[in-house]
Amino acid sequence: MTTAALAHNASTKTALIDLLYRLGDDSLIIGHRNSEWTGIGPILEEDIAFSSMAQDKIGHALAFYTLLHELGEPDPDTIAYGRGPERFRCCSLVTLDIFGDGKSAPPAALSNNPVRDRVVAQGDWAISLVRQFFFSEADAVRMAALEQSAYEPLAHLARKLRGEIKYHTLHARTLLPRLGRATAESRDRLQSAAAALYPHALGMFEPTPHDATLADAGIAPAEPELCDRWQREIAPIMDGSGLVFPPRSSPVYGGRTGKHLPELTEVLDALQKVYRLDPTAIW
Amino acid sequence: MVQITEKWTNDRPGDAGYEERLAAFEARVGRGDKVEPGDWMPRDYRDQLIRLIHVHANSEICGALPEGTWIPHAPSLKRKLALCAKVQDEVGHGQLLYRAAETLGKPREEMIEELISGKAKYSNVFHYPAETWADVCVIAWLIDAAAIVNQAMMAEGSYGPYSRALKRVCYEEAFHLTHGYDMCISMATGSKLQRDMLQDAVNRWWKPIMMFHGPSDKESTHTTLLMRWRIKLKTNDEQRQEFLRKYVPKMINLGIRIPAEWEMRYDEKNRAWLYNEPDWEEFKTVVRGNGPVSAKRLETRRLSHEHGRWVREALAAAAEGRKIPLPPTAYATN
Ligand SMILES: [Fe+2]
Ligand SMILES: [Fe+2]
Repeated sequence: MTTAALAHNASTKTALIDLLYRLGDDSLIIGHRNSEWTGIGPILEEDIAFSSMAQDKIGHALAFYTLLHELGEPDPDTIAYGRGPERFRCCSLVTLDIFGDGKSAPPAALSNNPVRDRVVAQGDWAISLVRQFFFSEADAVRMAALEQSAYEPLAHLARKLRGEIKYHTLHARTLLPRLGRATAESRDRLQSAAAALYPHALGMFEPTPHDATLADAGIAPAEPELCDRWQREIAPIMDGSGLVFPPRSSPVYGGRTGKHLPELTEVLDALQKVYRLDPTAIW
Repeated sequence: MVQITEKWTNDRPGDAGYEERLAAFEARVGRGDKVEPGDWMPRDYRDQLIRLIHVHANSEICGALPEGTWIPHAPSLKRKLALCAKVQDEVGHGQLLYRAAETLGKPREEMIEELISGKAKYSNVFHYPAETWADVCVIAWLIDAAAIVNQAMMAEGSYGPYSRALKRVCYEEAFHLTHGYDMCISMATGSKLQRDMLQDAVNRWWKPIMMFHGPSDKESTHTTLLMRWRIKLKTNDEQRQEFLRKYVPKMINLGIRIPAEWEMRYDEKNRAWLYNEPDWEEFKTVVRGNGPVSAKRLETRRLSHEHGRWVREALAAAAEGRKIPLPPTAYATN
């Protein structure tokens, strides 16, 4: 299926646009979140790794937004910078902040970016790492499925992104088993993070009213199917890292219909801060 | 002739055989040979190099702070990608340079702790705050440009591992410069708001930039020895003039004004910029840790190092094969 073919099928086009917003917004927000660590990571090597994955995801957002633009949506920067939270379609997992129990000392004003100051003072890197693990595994499952998408531009893009996403999954697959079993502190931190994040991770697969249309058109599999595949991927890695799933987790939904955690407003205020000074300017 | 292979013994003036070794060492360095970690070298040479590389590495990771703070605010996807990549490079430079200093016997952990305690210095420019987006543009263009003048010179220096690290650093810095210049062009050719932001940033940054290459040759204490041992190949003033000759005309072309109090003027005959000399006492005060945001920079580094402790400890345990017992439920898949 090509872009031109979609012109004749309004409901398929609407469903595809919704899917691309979900993919693009997840990519942008997790990229933004991971780049909050750039320059202040726990160890230089991981500082670099998180920056690199952040750039990949921001690049993926740009690619998905470009597909949207080709379908008649605004240009990529306007999509990223010109929307309020109610129009974002990202899941809560990528939106969440990383302050855990908030037991660390409250932030001092160390820069003119209060979110950054809070990451410095209270950021729990274990949360970022486990989030990255859950997300990149889902990303890999999703992209593998989309490589078969009937919408050719999306299938083409999915194949292009495979290599980078493979590196993201490899990063967590290498680190988690090492850190999860290294010290009592590292195990506890990762276990708490896994327990807190798991319901949000399930929320990555929030069913949408477009699922059936997308599946029927061969554009993307339905979300519950992807969720099953994802769980089969992560279970052995959790086991091998000494991490257990929290009992009885109900998924946190809402993101796919624009009902977000309050954190998203904070993320967008930071993201769009300079842009909003003059949305017509070329920066 | 004394073979320069014994590592780091009899390396101080007065030690047996020191003078002969020194003569051979200096002859070798004078020929442009590279000194390698396994080679004999005067203790002073080693100490000076550790000091310089340590300060340089510290500057890279402290330099990541003012710009890193602005990654979340970058106003377009392209700028966000480029800024994140740039700051990542700077952290990578820190990693590379700490490793070069480690070849001289000083562990990274110790160097980072000396930075945090305020014992070791970092570049004067990173003691100042990045207040607006235009500051990020000015840092990436002009401060990286000033740094390239210094690093390209140091890359020709006599110590092999430092020289090789700097070759790679310079390669990446070229991209930073393009990114910085491109941002400044957008600002300088943009709306009035953007042009004013840019000029305001230059007004605040010009003093630290003029001080970047260090005290004037009349005041600098280290230069002579460093040049004899080919650690450093140009004086501070020579580097500053090289930077000014190359970038002041570009700034003028973009309509950027240099603050009047500097009375910048070009001396055609000597091909040199003349200006009112910076207050070098102020420079020394700043790099000793009394700049506008020195305390905040170190507090940021301290907190991030502190919060990373569990990661470093766990990675060390894993590297040694230490494992804690698995909780009994761990193998019960859900
Ligand atoms: Fe650098
Ligand atoms: Fe740079």
